[in-house]
Amino acid sequence: MSSRQVLQVFEQYQKSRTQFVQTIAELSSRPQNIEILQNAGVMSLLRPLLLDIVPTIQQTAALALGRLANYNDDLAEAVVKGDILPQLVYSLAEQNRFYKKAAAFVLRAVAKHSPQLAQSVVDCGALDALVICLEEFDPGVKEAAAWALGYIARHNAELSQSVVDAGAVPLLVLCIQEPELSLKRISASALSDICKHSPELAQTVVDAGAIAHLAQMILNPDAKLKRQVFSALSQIAKHSVDLAEMVVEAEIFPAVLTCLKDIDEYVRKNTATLIREIVKHTPELAQLVVNAGGVAAVVDYVGESKGNVRLPGVMMLGYVAAHSENLAMAVIVSKGVTQLAITLAEEPEDHIQAAAAWALGQIGRHTPEHAKAVAVANVLPKLLQCYLRADASEDLQTKSKKALKNILQKCVHLPALEPLLHDAPANILKHVVGQFSKVLPHDAKARRLFVTSGGLKKVQEIKAEPGSALHEYINTINNCYPEEIVRYYSPGYSEQLLERVEQYQPVA
Amino acid sequence: MATVVRILERNSTIMEEVFERHKLAEEDRHREFDASVKIQAWFRAARVRAYIKYLHRCANIVQKVWRGYLGRGIFRELVKQQVMIMRMNYYNAMATKIQKIWRGYYTRKYVHNYYSRKQYLEGLMVKNEIIRNELAEYTEQKAADRQHAEAIAAQKKLLEEASKRHYLISTEVVPSIYNSPFKPHPDEMEFILRSVQPRPPTGPKPKRDNRSGIIVPQSPPLPLSEPLPPIAQKLQGPFRPPNEVLKQRFKALQPTLRVQTSFTSVDEAREAMKAKEWVMRVNDNIFEPFTRRTVPYESYLHTTSKYGHLPYGTRYFREENLAQHITSSNFKTVVSPIPVFEKLNDTYAKGTDTVPGNPV
Repeated sequence: MSSRQVLQVFEQYQKSRTQFVQTIAELSSRPQNIEILQNAGVMSLLRPLLLDIVPTIQQTAALALGRLANYNDDLAEAVVKGDILPQLVYSLAEQNRFYKKAAAFVLRAVAKHSPQLAQSVVDCGALDALVICLEEFDPGVKEAAAWALGYIARHNAELSQSVVDAGAVPLLVLCIQEPELSLKRISASALSDICKHSPELAQTVVDAGAIAHLAQMILNPDAKLKRQVFSALSQIAKHSVDLAEMVVEAEIFPAVLTCLKDIDEYVRKNTATLIREIVKHTPELAQLVVNAGGVAAVVDYVGESKGNVRLPGVMMLGYVAAHSENLAMAVIVSKGVTQLAITLAEEPEDHIQAAAAWALGQIGRHTPEHAKAVAVANVLPKLLQCYLRADASEDLQTKSKKALKNILQKCVHLPALEPLLHDAPANILKHVVGQFSKVLPHDAKARRLFVTSGGLKKVQEIKAEPGSALHEYINTINNCYPEEIVRYYSPGYSEQLLERVEQYQPVA
Repeated sequence: MATVVRILERNSTIMEEVFERHKLAEEDRHREFDASVKIQAWFRAARVRAYIKYLHRCANIVQKVWRGYLGRGIFRELVKQQVMIMRMNYYNAMATKIQKIWRGYYTRKYVHNYYSRKQYLEGLMVKNEIIRNELAEYTEQKAADRQHAEAIAAQKKLLEEASKRHYLISTEVVPSIYNSPFKPHPDEMEFILRSVQPRPPTGPKPKRDNRSGIIVPQSPPLPLSEPLPPIAQKLQGPFRPPNEVLKQRFKALQPTLRVQTSFTSVDEAREAMKAKEWVMRVNDNIFEPFTRRTVPYESYLHTTSKYGHLPYGTRYFREENLAQHITSSNFKTVVSPIPVFEKLNDTYAKGTDTVPGNPV
C-alpha cells in the first residue's frame, strides 16, 4: 500500500467529521429538530468533537452545542452535566477568535436559562476567561463575551457582583466606545443588566465613567442601541437620588425628550422609563424635568402610545404629581389629567388602569382646586366603575378606591359629586355625603341646586345606622333645610299625607 | 314735850301700829327682798347687757374697719389680676394679629405666592407649547427624512430593476412591451430603460468563508495609483508633452549654492571679521592676569613618544618634498565654475531618479 492510500483514509475521516458537525449545527438551528437530536444522543457525540484536532470542527461543534443549549434549559443542563464547560473555558483562553466566539456563545446559551445554570458557568471559572476575551482585538469576540457576561449578570445580585468582581465593568465601558454598533449595543445591555440589581453595583458602573459615554449615544440614529442606552441609564437612575442626579448631570435633558417621539416604540418606552426613574426620587428632580418641558412631552407620549408602552408615562405623571401640589398643578396645566382619563377609559388591561387610577389619585389629593380639575375631567364615575367592576383585579380595586377617597376628600365641586350619590356603595358614599355636608351649610345656591337636582331626596333614602359618620353627615345636611322640605322628600311622605287626608274631619 | 305727850297719847295705837307694821313688814319682807333682788338682778343684767352691747358695737366697729381694710386689699389684688388678664388677652390678640400678618406676608412672599405661582404656571404652559412645537417639528422632519430615504431607495430599486430588464428596451424596429404601438405614449418604464445602462455580466462567483459566509476578498486590494494621463493630447512622434516643454522653457534660474557663493568668500569673510575685531578692540596690548602661573605643558600620549614629537597629523599628513615645489604658496583656482556643467546631472531621460525641473 502506498502512503497516499493510507493518507486517503485519514482525509476521508476528517471530511466526514466535518460534514457531520456541520449538519448537526445546521439541524440544531431549527427548533423542531432539537428533540430528535437530543434523543439521538447528540451531546455525547459533540463533546469529543470539541477536542478535535481540526479547528473548524471544534468551532462548528461549539456552535452546534450553543444552539442546542440555547433551545431550552434541559439541554443547557445537559451541557453542564456533561462537563463541557471547563473544556470550553480552558480553550477560551487558548484558541483562535472564531473558536472564542463559539465558546462564548455556548456559555451565553447556558447562562441564559436560570440563576443556577449561570452560577455553574461562573463556578467553572468562565468569568475571568470572558473578561480576557473583552480585551481581545476582534470586535466579534468582544461582542460574544459581553453578551455572555450580560446574561450571567442578568439573574441576580450575587452573579452580577461576581461579574463586577471579575473586573468586567471598565472593559465593558471601553467596549461602549468602540465604533461597532452591535458591540456598543450588547455592552450597553450588559451594563444595564449589571446595574439593575443594587445601588452598589450601579455605583461601580457609574464610577467606571459609563454615564458620560452612555449619554453621548442618546442621539445615535440606531434604534436598538438607543433602547439599550436608555435601559442602562434608567437602571442606573432607579436606585438612589445621587445616581439619578448623576444621570441628570450628564445633560441628557432636552435631548431625551426628542426620543419620546422616536419611531421605535421600545426606545420610547425606555425613555419614558428613564424619565420616570429620575422623577420618582425627589421633588427637585421632578421640578427639573417639569421645567425642561418633560411633562408636556410625556403627556403627548401617553396620548400617542398604546398598551404597555403607555405605562411608564402614566406612572411618571403620577410620581410628579405625588411630590407636591405645585407639581401636581403643573401636570394639570400640561393637560395630563385629560390624557390620564383617556387612558383609564381606553386601556383594557387592569394594571394600566390601576396605574392611571393611582396617578389620578395623586393629582387630585392635594387641594380642592386639584380635585376639581380631576373631577371636571369626568374621572370619578370611571374610577367608581373600576372599583365596582366584578372582574377587576384586587390591585385595581384598591388603587381606584384609594384614588376615589383621596379625590373625594378634597373635592368641593358638587356637580361632579352628584352622580356618585346615586350609584356609590356605602364606603364611598360616606365621603360623598361628607363633602356635601361640609359645603351645603355655607352655600345657599348649592343648597337650592341640591334640592332641585334630586340630591336631597337621594340623601333621605340612604339608610344609615344611627351613630355612624354617615348618619351624622345626613343630619348636618338635613339641618340646612326647613323641616317640611326634608319631610317632603323623605320616603313614604305621600302615604303619610294620604293618611292625614283620611283622618281629616271636615268642619261641618 | 308735847310731841312726846302726843305720841304717848297715841301710844297705844302706835304700838299696835308698830306691831301691825312690823307684822306687815315681816310678812312682806321676803317678797320685798325677792322683789328687790329681782330688781337688782334686772338692773345689773341690764347694765351688763348694755355693756356687752357696747362691747359688741365696739367689736363690730373694729371688725368692720379691719375687714374693710382687708377687703380693700383683696379687691385691689383682684383688680390687679383682672387688669393683668385683660392686658394679657389684649397682648395675645395683638400678637396674633402681628403673627397673622407676618405669616401671611411671609407665606405670600416665600412659600406660596399666588401671583408667582400663576406666573410660573403660565410660563410652564408656554414652555410646554414650545416643547410640543419643537417635538412636532422634530417628528415631521424625521418623517420627511424617512420618506426621502424611502423614495431614494425605491428609485434605486427601480433603476436596478430597469438595468436588470434592460433587454426589454424597444429597438427602432421592434417596439417593446413598454412601448405599445396602440397607446399614444410609451410607458414610463421605457424612458427609464433608456436612461440606464444594462447590467454588466457578473464576474466569477465570490469566494465565501466556509463557516461565517462572509465573502473572502481574492487578494489584498492594490494600492490606489494616480490615473493615467489622457491619451488624446499626446502628440505623435518622439516629443515630450507640450506642458513639460513649456515648463522647461520658462523655468526660472535656480543656481546651486556653490554657484551662488563667491569663490573668495572665505577670505572676504575673514578680512571682514578681522576689520570688525580691530574696530571693536579697545587696547592693542593684550591684558594678562597679574599672577602669571606657568603651567608645565602636559603633552598628549598620542602625539608624543619618548623620542620626542610625532610630527604626523600635526605637521603633515603625507610626505612632501618642499624642495621640489615651484612656489612656496598653494595653488588657487581663479576661474569660476561654468553653470552649464552644474546641470550635467539633470537629464530628460525617464527611468532615472531625477525628475526634470527639480534641481538636486
